[in-house]
Amino acid sequence: MVLLTRKIEFSASHVYNNPEFSPEENRRVFGKCNNPHGHGHNYTLEVTVAGEPDPATGMVLDLKELKAILEREVMQRMDHRFLNKEVPELAGKIPTCENIARLIWDLLEPKIAQGKLHRVRLYETPDLFADCYRDSAGASNGAGH
Amino acid sequence: MPDSVKTELGRRYRFAASHRLHNEQFSDAENDRVYGKCNNPFGHGHNYILEVSVSGNVDPATGMVANLADLDGFVEREVLEPLDHKSLNEDVAAFREVVPTTENLCIEIYERLKLFPKAKLERVRVEETANNSFEYAGEKTEGH
Repeated sequence: MVLLTRKIEFSASHVYNNPEFSPEENRRVFGKCNNPHGHGHNYTLEVTVAGEPDPATGMVLDLKELKAILEREVMQRMDHRFLNKEVPELAGKIPTCENIARLIWDLLEPKIAQGKLHRVRLYETPDLFADCYRDSAGASNGAGH
Repeated sequence: MPDSVKTELGRRYRFAASHRLHNEQFSDAENDRVYGKCNNPFGHGHNYILEVSVSGNVDPATGMVANLADLDGFVEREVLEPLDHKSLNEDVAAFREVVPTTENLCIEIYERLKLFPKAKLERVRVEETANNSFEYAGEKTEGH
């Protein structure tokens, strides 16, 4: 098996606010991410696909195709958007790095026709990122808290 | 609801510390042969980068695996405060007997952080320099 990773960048804004929480609770839980008019990040997305290189082409999948999928599913949906208001799939969710990474996983996985989606890593800043991947144990997300 | 897609939160931290690689059981010549300039008598330092990954359910109320403030506070207290601007050999009890290679440093940091109460520690990765990095995920077989 060979892993292939494609990186793209997009810029977007978001705000963390749970309408079920009081203003004080929102402040306490989300800190400055709760500032009312939102703020933005330059996100870096790394998408890793696993597969066997096709003997005829030497490719796990055609990068042109992956680029087109990322353009359609991620860039057009999220780049230069206010994630809370403009991405319907995030409606009612807090657009954290974890939730955006998971949405990207869910958008990409059925679209990857050659190879299999192996990992989605989304950097919100160089020091903060979220990873999604298939749990090899096949179990539910174990750690309770 | 059972979910076979796992979500992890990753966070990078920085600290600076000195160390000397030296094994009392070895002769001077052996220490020099094994550790080279890392055995120089007064030690030397690095700007370490620590990457911590934790996993768990994404709380629907917060969208988070763990609140960053909780993770940052725990790492600060358990790792950064005790190690930053310290001599690993002199100031950290775990390295009185154990050689503070970055392999051993990874294990020591993992042991400290696995007690994080709000999510499951998946692994720690330490960059000693931009060219050398080490990972430890506990004594289990599976990875990804």
